[in-house]
Amino acid sequence: MKLQISHETVYGYDQPIRNLVQSLRLTPSVFEGQKTHEWEIDVTGGMRGPGFRDGAGDWIEGWTVRGPVQEVTVRISGRVDTRDTAGVLRGHREMIHPLAYLRDTRPTRADDGLRDLAAQVGGSADLLDLSHKLSGAVADAIRYTNGSTHAATTAAEALALGEGVCQDHAHALIAVARERDLPARYVSGYLHSTQDGQSHDAAHAWAEIFVDGLGWVGFDAANRCCPDERYVRLGSGLDAQDAAPIRGVAMGTGTEKLAVAVRVEELAQ
Amino acid sequence: MSYYNEMFEGKQVREPYAMLRAWVDTMPDDFRQMKQAEAEALFRRIGITFAVYGEGGDPDRLIPFDMMPRVFEQNEWRKLERGIKQRARALNAFLRDVYGRAEIVRAGRIPARLVYQNEAYEKSVVGVVPPRGVYSHIIGIDLVRTGKDEFFVLEDNCRTPSGVSYMLENREIMMRMFPQLFRNNRIEPVDQYPELLRRTLESVAPAKCDGRPTCVILTPGHFNSAYYEHSFLANLMGVELVEGQDLFVDGEFVYMRTTQGPKRVDVIYRRLDDPYLDPLCFRPDSMLGVPGLMDVYRSGGVSICSAPGAGVADDKAIYTFVPEMVRFYLGEEPILNNVQTWTLWKDDDYKYVMENLPELVVKEVHGSGGYGMLVGPKSTKAEVEEFRKKIEANPGNYIAQPTLSLSTCPTFVEEGIAPRHVDLRPFCLCGDRIELVPGGLTRVALREGSLVVNSSQGGGVKDTWVLSE
Repeated sequence: MKLQISHETVYGYDQPIRNLVQSLRLTPSVFEGQKTHEWEIDVTGGMRGPGFRDGAGDWIEGWTVRGPVQEVTVRISGRVDTRDTAGVLRGHREMIHPLAYLRDTRPTRADDGLRDLAAQVGGSADLLDLSHKLSGAVADAIRYTNGSTHAATTAAEALALGEGVCQDHAHALIAVARERDLPARYVSGYLHSTQDGQSHDAAHAWAEIFVDGLGWVGFDAANRCCPDERYVRLGSGLDAQDAAPIRGVAMGTGTEKLAVAVRVEELAQ
Repeated sequence: MSYYNEMFEGKQVREPYAMLRAWVDTMPDDFRQMKQAEAEALFRRIGITFAVYGEGGDPDRLIPFDMMPRVFEQNEWRKLERGIKQRARALNAFLRDVYGRAEIVRAGRIPARLVYQNEAYEKSVVGVVPPRGVYSHIIGIDLVRTGKDEFFVLEDNCRTPSGVSYMLENREIMMRMFPQLFRNNRIEPVDQYPELLRRTLESVAPAKCDGRPTCVILTPGHFNSAYYEHSFLANLMGVELVEGQDLFVDGEFVYMRTTQGPKRVDVIYRRLDDPYLDPLCFRPDSMLGVPGLMDVYRSGGVSICSAPGAGVADDKAIYTFVPEMVRFYLGEEPILNNVQTWTLWKDDDYKYVMENLPELVVKEVHGSGGYGMLVGPKSTKAEVEEFRKKIEANPGNYIAQPTLSLSTCPTFVEEGIAPRHVDLRPFCLCGDRIELVPGGLTRVALREGSLVVNSSQGGGVKDTWVLSE
C-alpha cells in the first residue's frame, strides 16, 4: 500500500513554559515491509538536536524549544510504501540481543492472573504456533473497549478488568510471552484500517515476539492478526513508555493539555 | 582460624613496619590521646562525614580514623598494581564487547542470560562506543590479603566508587600531625590523584569538543551520602560541581548555566546512578538528571563517566567471570585472583551453601555497603536460620563465599595497639592511559574480631603507605 501519514500533536500550556526538550522516535523503521519516500518532522519553534540510529534500529531525534512559549506542535508528514511480510520483521538492522527483552517492567510484570493465562496456553515446540496462541488468548481475555483504561494501566490491571485498548493488549501479550521465556517487546506505529475496513486514524501499538529461526514477529492481539501492509512501524521498547514516539520534559509551572490528530490515507496507485 | 598479621613475621616485626614500631613504642599515652583528639577535630572542621541509614538519629557521622598507617613495600605494591591495571583493562574490554559484538558470549565463555538479563545491562547504549572505548573511568577494586603473597579481589566497582576523598584526607591529616614520619620515611605521594583524574576525564572528551575540554562533576545533591566527596574532588580538580538543574540540553550539546551565560560541557563525571540520568531515556520521574542528556551522549556530543551501562561489569554474578575476561581479552593469566564464589541459582552450589551456611559469607547480588549480608561464623544460630529463609525465598538473589581470613594491621585501641582486620580499595583511572596512585583506602574493622570493614557497620579508615625503594 502507498500510505500518506500526517500526525500532529499539539501541546498547550496554561502558563508559558521556559523550555521543552523532546526525544522523538517518529521515523518509520527500515525493513522489507516498508519503504519511506518522504518524511518530515517539525517542531514549531524548535531546534533539531542530535539524530542517530540506536541499537534497536530506531531513528531517534532530539529537539529543544526555547521558551517562553505556550503552545508547541510536533508535526509529522510523509509517505510510506508498505507490503505484507506476514508480521516478520525481515531485513531490519539491529544490534540488541533478543534476551535483553526478557526483562519485565512495571506495566508488563506478570501477576498470578497473567501467569495463569500464560500457563493455560498448551505447550508447543513450535514457537511461532505458541506465539499465535498466546496472542489469541490475550485477545480472548481482554475485550477491546475504547476508554476503558488509561496510559498507566498495567497488563495485570487490564486483564483483571477484562477490557483495554491496544496498549493493554500489547503489554499483556508481552507479559505472557516473557512468562513463557519468549523475548517480547512493545512496538509503536500507525494503522491504516482495522480488519473490518474501518479507518483507524490513531496511533497504534502492538507486540513483537522473538521466534528462533524467524526473528522478530509482530502480533496485534487487539485486532487478532499479525501486522501486514496496513501497518507502519516506528520503533520498539520494553513497554509503551520505553517505545514512546514522543518523550518530553517541559520546564515550567503550567499544566499541559494535549491534542493529537492522526491521518493514515491510502494514495491512489 | 589464623590470620596473616601484616606487622609481624613470627615474633619479628616485618621490615616495612619496623620504624612505625619504634614510633609507637616511644609514644607517650597522653600524646597519643591528644593526637587522636586533634585528628578528630581536623576531620570535623573539614566536614568529612558519611551517612548511615536505617539506624535512626542524625545520619551524618564522622568516620573513625586510625592513626596507625598501613604499609606496603615497593615490591608488594608493584605486583598489586600490575594486577589491578590488568583487571581494569579486562573490565573495560568486556564492556566494549557486550555493548558491541559480544564475542565473549558468542564464544560461550560467559552465559548470555547473565549479561542480557542483568538489571545493569543497558540496552539503550548498545552500539554506542564512548571515546577511547572506555566505559569505566574510575574503577575501585576491593582487595583482601590472606597471606604474605596472597591477595584476592572481593569485588569490582565500575560505576561511581566512593572513598577516594578519605584516601586523600587521611594522608593530608597524617602529614599535618606527624610531619616527622614523612621526613624519616620515603613514602610515595598520593596527592596527584585529582590532577590525574582531571587528565583522565579530559582525555575522554568527545571528538566534537574543540579546545580544552570542560569537565564537571554531576552530583545528586547535598543529601547524598558522598556529597562531601563530590565537592571535595570538584574543588581539587578545579571543575564545577553541578546538579541536574544546572545543566540543560540545547540542540546537539549540553550546557551549564553560569553567570557569564551558557557554557558547553564536554565531560560529565556523574555521581548519579543510570536510572536518574535522563527522564527522557530512563525513569521519567527523575528530577535529578538532565532531560535529553542521553540523546546528546549517544550522538557523541558529550562524554559521561562512567558510561551509562558500565554497571554490568561489576555485578556480583558477573564477578565470577572476571578471570575469564582477563584470559579471553588479554590472553594473560590473571595476576589477582577472585575469591571462590558459589552462585545460589546453580543447584550444586545451592546444596553446598545450604549445608555449610554457618561457615560462609552470603551476600545479595545487588547489595552494597555491607547491608543484607550474612557472616556465618559471626552469627547466632537464629540469625543463620533467619537468613536461610531469605535465601530459600529467592536463591537467585544471593552468592556465597568462604569466610576469608582477612589480614590484620596494628590499630590503636584503648590499651595501645592491637591487630584489626583490614581490606583495601585502590582507585584505578582509565582514559588514554591507565593510572594508579600508589595507595588507596584501607578500611579497618575496629571491633575486635570483626571482619566487616564497611563504615556503615563500625569500620574505620587508615592512611595507606607505599614505601619507595
